[in-house]
Amino acid sequence: MPLGYTLDFSVVLDALPALLWGCAGTIGLALAGMALALVIGIGGVVLRGSKHRPLRSLVIVFVELIRNTPFLVQIFFLFFALPNIGLVLNPTVTAIIALGVNGGAYAIEIIRGGVQSIDKGQVEAGLALGLHKGQVFRMIVLKPALRAIYPSLTGQFIMLTLTSSICSAIAAYELTSVAQRIESETFRSFEVYFTITLMYLAISWLLMTGFSVFSRRYFLYPTR
Amino acid sequence: MGNSFGLGELGFLIQGLKWTVLLAAIAFIGGGIGGLGVALARTSTSWGLRRAMAGYIAVFQGTPLLMQLFVIYYGLGLIGLTLPAWLAVAIAFTLHASAFLGEIWRGAIEALPKGQFEAARALGLHYVPQMRDVILPQALRIALPATVGFLVQLIKGTSLAAIVGFIELARAGQIVSNQTYAPLFVFTVVGAIYFALCWPLSLYGMHIENRISRTAR
Repeated sequence: MPLGYTLDFSVVLDALPALLWGCAGTIGLALAGMALALVIGIGGVVLRGSKHRPLRSLVIVFVELIRNTPFLVQIFFLFFALPNIGLVLNPTVTAIIALGVNGGAYAIEIIRGGVQSIDKGQVEAGLALGLHKGQVFRMIVLKPALRAIYPSLTGQFIMLTLTSSICSAIAAYELTSVAQRIESETFRSFEVYFTITLMYLAISWLLMTGFSVFSRRYFLYPTR
Repeated sequence: MGNSFGLGELGFLIQGLKWTVLLAAIAFIGGGIGGLGVALARTSTSWGLRRAMAGYIAVFQGTPLLMQLFVIYYGLGLIGLTLPAWLAVAIAFTLHASAFLGEIWRGAIEALPKGQFEAARALGLHYVPQMRDVILPQALRIALPATVGFLVQLIKGTSLAAIVGFIELARAGQIVSNQTYAPLFVFTVVGAIYFALCWPLSLYGMHIENRISRTAR
């Protein structure tokens, strides 16, 4: 320890309510981001299988661009780009869009892998039974595919949740920006960041538990 | 007051790029050495060692990279180590990379058929030659695509050093953006530079992944 420095977690205790609200902000941000990522992921997979080549190429370019640039640069870009197209949004909404776009690119690749794992005969059988194309996609392709990709998709969602800490760079409402405010008021950098690191650990454990409960509830094969 | 984007600004970004590459290289090499240790400890016969490394990995995979940077950056100062910023950041990235590479390589070691271990032992090989000559060469080959994938993550991750105030590519971009009032253009250029760095690696990763899955069949 440098001379005269003693750890003092009392400032953290005083700020606990604000930090817990920050946790709620992070969870909300992450859940909204996941929902958007799922929509973009499924939409992207549909477009990726389209008959029109430009549409297919567009999806490929989108995925490669997002996966090969840092999230920090993406969120700055969106933060400055959205007002240019007339969308003046608050930072938290911008953060949700950035998380959804980033997570969506990864989700496209993951979901596509799952869709490809469905045997073509299944689709043909579904159509032969007189189901509509939409029904075949929803019931015969999507659900079994989701079951197959569930572990990697939820793993990606945990990553998205941890990534949401970067949204503090545009001052979105979440745990890290709350911590940064407290740090700038108290100068107790280590104490504050150490505490919220533990909070992030708790949040990711909470989500993992939630995901596994959900999968046991919805993805079990009917046994009779 | 603002300048327009010219050669000087581009030069500044390239200076930042040098630090990005250097930081990623240090973390990847340091993480490679640390990760090897983690992977060997994770697959060792000692229960305590395995548990300790599992905990280390769980903490680094369950917390944001940004928090790891903050805690290690300020924590090193607290224990009385006054290090230059780049070194503190490099240590944080190295610890991060050790956990992730260790987990990737553990998976690869455990994916090898048990007969490989038994055959090596039956040949009378001790632990070191068994690992060095039999197990690791095969495991690292299986793990190569995931390793390259992690390198791409690591390069992108170094952008977070910008938030601690270290001037690498992303931070250089922020500075130039503030000077030129042309954030869209500057972040497009910065994004393009990252893309030029990461995309070839991603393509290479996909290429070896296809090759390995083809030979496996």
